[in-house]
Amino acid sequence: MSAEPEDRLASDAGHGAPVLYDSSRRTPRWIEEATFLWRYRGLVHELVIRDIKVRYKRSVLGMIWTMLAPLLNMIALTLVFSAILKQAIENYPVYFMAGQIFWNYFSQTTSAAASQSQGSNDMAKRTFIPRSVFVAAAVGGGLVNLGLSLIPLVVIIAITGFPLYATWVFLPVAVFITTLFTAGVSLFLFTVTTRFADVREMYNVIVQTWFFLTPIVYHPSIVPLRYRIALWLNPMYYLVQVFRKPIYDGAIPQASLVLVSLGLSAAVLVSGWIYFCRRTDRMAYWS
Amino acid sequence: MSEAIRLDGIVLRYRIPRERIFSLKEYAIRRIQRRVFYDDFTALNNINASIAPGERVAVIGRNGAGKSTLLRVISRVLPPTQGRVVVSGRVAPILELGLGFHGELTGRENVMLQGALLGFTRAEIRKRLDRIVEWAELEEFIDAPIRTYSTGMSARLAFAVATDVDPDILLIDEAMSVGDEKFQRKCHDRMEGLQKRGKTFLLVSHALKTVRENCDRTIWLHHGRVVCDADTPTVTEAYHQWSLGDTDSVA
Repeated sequence: MSAEPEDRLASDAGHGAPVLYDSSRRTPRWIEEATFLWRYRGLVHELVIRDIKVRYKRSVLGMIWTMLAPLLNMIALTLVFSAILKQAIENYPVYFMAGQIFWNYFSQTTSAAASQSQGSNDMAKRTFIPRSVFVAAAVGGGLVNLGLSLIPLVVIIAITGFPLYATWVFLPVAVFITTLFTAGVSLFLFTVTTRFADVREMYNVIVQTWFFLTPIVYHPSIVPLRYRIALWLNPMYYLVQVFRKPIYDGAIPQASLVLVSLGLSAAVLVSGWIYFCRRTDRMAYWS
Repeated sequence: MSEAIRLDGIVLRYRIPRERIFSLKEYAIRRIQRRVFYDDFTALNNINASIAPGERVAVIGRNGAGKSTLLRVISRVLPPTQGRVVVSGRVAPILELGLGFHGELTGRENVMLQGALLGFTRAEIRKRLDRIVEWAELEEFIDAPIRTYSTGMSARLAFAVATDVDPDILLIDEAMSVGDEKFQRKCHDRMEGLQKRGKTFLLVSHALKTVRENCDRTIWLHHGRVVCDADTPTVTEAYHQWSLGDTDSVA
């Protein structure tokens, strides 16, 4: 017999050893799930890589597409909105693109969590996998795309002669806050779409509408005062500003705005996590 | 803890809706009309067993007897409704060979993914990669997409990954019936090697021949209950006699 796994790798000891599963002594689900998510971080990594590779394996344009898509989108929308709406937004391409990148990160991640939920649950029904791994992978994939789509933004900034502000250093904080919110919404969506397939299509419609309710193609100042409440109730209104300010205004968003966004996002993540964890045991019976 | 697996009065019961409702719309409407009905289904009913480290145990029974469900309870996919399951040691479920394989990815990429599915970190899998590929005899094809593999080839790769993790407890659900004779023998050898090193086996099978060859002890399940739990020759003989007399048996 050749190549038998005789040797226990030294790192095995660290692999959750000693391994003991006692169904009567489980920690609260929200702690248990977090522990497993950490232990299965290798799987999160693999799933992100798999999704990227599979997406680009058979396409000629490959990775370039990630950058090309928002660029073409931006050109089209810039033409449309500056011509039809005659908006007076200075350097509209940069304004729009910063918002668009932000929005794509949110909508792509949440849609991925929703569309992959059933397949992921099928897998977790056959072998033990903590289900939060799949949500984490959706977020990870979104982050990779976000990083890539910053390249065309920088290109546009260079072409239009717009300044590349030092306040870009604040961007990681903005991405972090957006990630909390995105992950929270993804957890809710994953759970609901695992149970009800039709919510997936419903969400697509919701996300479309939500996009136009958020000041991304337009400036919030054009919204009449009596409709402003719709902005104030929209969490994405705060988040998009936190994200766009350091890029477009060259300013660090004011502390109150950052705190509101952070608090809101953290609350969404925590409630999403609890909602999700309270249903993970039951998901094994959902089809 | 001297036992590898302990099952104390395991009951697994779930509610099956009379009509499958997949859409939220339909569910909401029916909920308002109070027309959501469920049937209780008891898949496992008061299962008690204690399996010592190094034991080789088979679970037999007709389709729907609860064999696979029991394996899922042990591998923590399904939490028991009542009772207590205690598993000490690292578990490798070989429930479905090739679960999670992706056709567009290469053999190498799929090994990484499979290892991660078993809970390994990337560094750990990379260390084992060469040995896994060598055992599966797929050195030449490892960088080709797995959709170009034959069934036997991908089974070989999946089995190599699952058994290379050096688990303490192996849960096997009819997984060894794939591949050619040479591969089957190779699998058998590897299992024997693992047995010699004191690994615990729990095998679910319809094939009494496989059970007799591989297991010392057999648990016979019927309608979610243990009919008999004793040494393999006794139980398989009793099961065989029973299935001869049982007209709707498929075993």
